[in-house]
Amino acid sequence: MDWQAFALTLRLATTTTAILLIVAVPLAALLVLGRGRWLALLEALAALPLVLPPTVLGFFLLVMLGPRTAVGRGITALLGHPLAFSFTGLVVGSVIYSLPFAVQPLVAGFAAIGPELVDAARLLGASSTRVVFSLLVPLARRSLITAAVLSFLHTVGEFGVVLMLGGDIPGATRTLSIVLYNQVENFDYAAANHTAAILLALSVTALAAIYYMRGGRRA
Amino acid sequence: MLELDLNARRGSFHLQVKCRFVSNWTVIFGHSGAGKSTLLRLLAGLDRNGTNNALQGRIALDESTLTDTANGVWLAPGRRKMALVSQYPSLFPHLNVEANVAYGLSAMEWSARARRVTEMLELVDAIELANRRPQDLSGGQAQRVALARALAPAPRLLLLDEPFSALDGTASDALVDRLQIWLRANNVQTVIATHDATDAFATAAEVALLREGQLAAFGPAVDVLKEERERIVGRLGPH
Repeated sequence: MDWQAFALTLRLATTTTAILLIVAVPLAALLVLGRGRWLALLEALAALPLVLPPTVLGFFLLVMLGPRTAVGRGITALLGHPLAFSFTGLVVGSVIYSLPFAVQPLVAGFAAIGPELVDAARLLGASSTRVVFSLLVPLARRSLITAAVLSFLHTVGEFGVVLMLGGDIPGATRTLSIVLYNQVENFDYAAANHTAAILLALSVTALAAIYYMRGGRRA
Repeated sequence: MLELDLNARRGSFHLQVKCRFVSNWTVIFGHSGAGKSTLLRLLAGLDRNGTNNALQGRIALDESTLTDTANGVWLAPGRRKMALVSQYPSLFPHLNVEANVAYGLSAMEWSARARRVTEMLELVDAIELANRRPQDLSGGQAQRVALARALAPAPRLLLLDEPFSALDGTASDALVDRLQIWLRANNVQTVIATHDATDAFATAAEVALLREGQLAAFGPAVDVLKEERERIVGRLGPH
């Protein structure tokens, strides 16, 4: 068992999930409460990673964050190193790749809250920020948990973006899914079995927790 | 004084109202689908122009212009000094009654806020409900709490959309009497939308009669609702 890769995967998934929740809550609220045709474009962009092959996304990010673009050069000047093939770069890629898994449950949860409650809050003088944090977030807390768990698991299982953007650097970008790939490449099926079982157990446990909570809501 | 000159479209529904409410208690009377709720939502600033909606016109309360489409004026609902209570109380289900009533008082200092919440709950005879959750309230109790929550921030105009439908007759009469005294004392103008003519007669109100989105008549209840009164009296008479 590659404990370094295990720890790195958990660190990547935790960091990505934390950032995603900070980004996804206002974004989902904007999609639900906002007005204007441009929101359709924003929603499409937020859902794009669902249909885009991970390698395509990884390639675009690799190019964009590399020395050939102004963005890449700016980041290199700022951080002192390029984002590609670093843990930070991996976080950026993971946040983009898992964005729909955080945004979509939140959009569904926020949209299920009666608009008359939002109207009541607005009439009582609540700002948009207060509507989100005093009303939408507490009332959609199950969606928030679902968003967090799905984002975490999706990041844990990520492969294409990691490989394209991060490569295979031990301690920096080598995650469990890369380890699994390497083990299969080396015909080490016993180790691969072990790694795959850990990934499977993680996913099943977290998903079972979500469905248990949903069952509790029906009861 | 509330002045409105509105021309609004909601899908295929067209609302056109031009009048001036000067009485402290105005009843907008109309049958289902006449446009009462639409009008109240427009007054409260909850509906704006959108894909299927169009709004033109002006709304002014006392000296303040709340909506003026010609000049691009549109005041956000929370800045209109208006309260709206509909037949569905819309209490925040994750907050208890006390926190619901305090929701619009966030700018107030803590002890003043607590006093205000108590005052409002006493007004609607719901002080014993302070710690209950909305899901533990009956329809009538929830309605009274919604009223307390709406009045707590001291609005200048109170909009009521069939708000007493969940209350039984005696409770409703007692509450309306108490409410009218409080509203008058606190200089709160009230506009109440109803399809129940007895509401209009009971409160001796100025009445705006809405028919299919158009203002059909405006004036004292005895004149505007003459036909309605005869219909009600006819129903009560010997068969």
